[in-house]
Amino acid sequence: MGSSQEPVATNLQVTVKATAAAEAATKAAGTALAVEGLSAFFGSAEAVRSVSMEVPNQRVTAIIGASGSGKSTLLRCFNRMHETVPLGRVKGRVALQGQDIYGKGVNPIEVRKKIGMVFQRPTPFPTMSIRDNVSAGLRVKKMKHTSQRIAEIVERALKRAALWEEVKDRLKDPATGLSGGQQQRLCIARALATEPEVLLLDEPTASLDPISTQKVEELVYELRGDMTIVIVTHNMQQAARVSDRTAFMLNGELVEYAPTGKLFTTPTDHRTEAYITGRFG
Amino acid sequence: MSDNLLRPSTAQKQFTAKAVQSLRKRKAINSLMVGLIIAAAVIATIPLIVITGYLLKFGAGSVKWHFFTNLPAPVGETGGGMSNAIIGTVILIGIASLFGLPIGIGAGLYLAEHKGTTLANTVRFLSDVLNGLPSIVMGIFAWEFLVRPVHHFSAWAGGVALGAMMIPMVARTTEEMVTIVPVSLREAALALGYARWRTSLTIVLRTASAGIVTGALVAIARIAGETAPLLFTALGNQFFSTSLNQPIAALPLQIFTYATSPYEDQNAQAWAGALVLIALIFLISLIARFATRGQFTGTGGD
Repeated sequence: MGSSQEPVATNLQVTVKATAAAEAATKAAGTALAVEGLSAFFGSAEAVRSVSMEVPNQRVTAIIGASGSGKSTLLRCFNRMHETVPLGRVKGRVALQGQDIYGKGVNPIEVRKKIGMVFQRPTPFPTMSIRDNVSAGLRVKKMKHTSQRIAEIVERALKRAALWEEVKDRLKDPATGLSGGQQQRLCIARALATEPEVLLLDEPTASLDPISTQKVEELVYELRGDMTIVIVTHNMQQAARVSDRTAFMLNGELVEYAPTGKLFTTPTDHRTEAYITGRFG
Repeated sequence: MSDNLLRPSTAQKQFTAKAVQSLRKRKAINSLMVGLIIAAAVIATIPLIVITGYLLKFGAGSVKWHFFTNLPAPVGETGGGMSNAIIGTVILIGIASLFGLPIGIGAGLYLAEHKGTTLANTVRFLSDVLNGLPSIVMGIFAWEFLVRPVHHFSAWAGGVALGAMMIPMVARTTEEMVTIVPVSLREAALALGYARWRTSLTIVLRTASAGIVTGALVAIARIAGETAPLLFTALGNQFFSTSLNQPIAALPLQIFTYATSPYEDQNAQAWAGALVLIALIFLISLIARFATRGQFTGTGGD
């Protein structure tokens, strides 16, 4: 991972130049999610306040911010999970490849099949084997797979999640027998198996040890280019390591959204600067 | 200076002595409490041990092969059995389970998944009341609605009466078991594109299944020994019958009849019947445990 980390303090100008080139490429990749005036409520409390941003195609976008800043809620608006909590309500527009996922007649279930999600804590289904966990999402896609095809998909998903070597001899074992880090990669494999267009990661390493964290980060970096990834994280170093663009949230507002190198070296908002230099949060 | 520090002062000595005394006292209280709860745990199992011992002592002698194969013999004749009552009880449990388990589990799932709605609160309250309803009242109601209109006692009526008793028990255990399934698991399923009904059935209910099976077994064990609801419904039968439209024999009824009989031979048969009834419940528990053993349980990952 070290190679991807920009030498922040040592050579600012080189960093800025490299960032500019990377941002040009990111811009050229197009937009996966176009967010317009998105507000999210819990009852009458507004957790996300009129956020507008464009998530680039096949790049990694990080959302950072203190606890309670609304970053997870914002993420959960991207696959219509926010509305599943009691009193959860959403206003505004989120367009996936130009199509508003909150549009009339759009089925949230169809949205969630296209936009996968991995949570803070590993959530393997305890009644299922490793194999069944990975193929769990396939069952709701309206296609009949042969068991041969399912085995292939499971293998491919586990390989992409860098878990195949560790579990290939015990695919029929209960998923709960895996370690926390393995369980989290299993959940990523489960999300990958259905070939989503976008993968949302909600603090995926918050409950993992440093080695497992590194594995997940490497994975995120490798998936970049294959699919659009949005990662919410508490850890600013993590955002700097894995993402192309970073959004900083504070009290439900999107304070600054910029190329990662720029946001961490020359933030334009004083609140962003205060946060990344550790003066609060 | 260092000398003074090393040598404890009088005040320090007093403090230490007090602390040691207080520690001794706390340790003594701890031992006493542990002793008390061990005693409580042992006492809790004594009734079962004593009952089983009694049943073995008085009943085992009458449990012979013909007890399982023969019909009740007329007074004075030997070699009678309770084959009809054993089969009858199994049939009654079957009807009760077919009727009570799906409704109970479905109701429990609703109570857990729609907490806070007026309907859920009402159903929960009523099912608690139903749970406390004396079983003889249940029998009278079953008689009123299932026996009186058709003018004859039947296995159906008995099974339904027992099943109705199971519903609140199963519903409440199901609700509790479903409630403890972590929200994160439901969210994981929803995020995969599962519809809500599919999440409930394939993820939540399956995760809770071990607890629900246990709850169902407790309910079956409870109703298997019920006598009162059967007095007005299944009635009992001295002959062999598997017809669901006819009165049917049941172990608890047969035990009741024989235990209150003046004949010693029949009293002995009642003991044997009780022993067989307990063995039957034990067997049902074992089979169900074995059947659900292959499934993964627990809610790991948290």
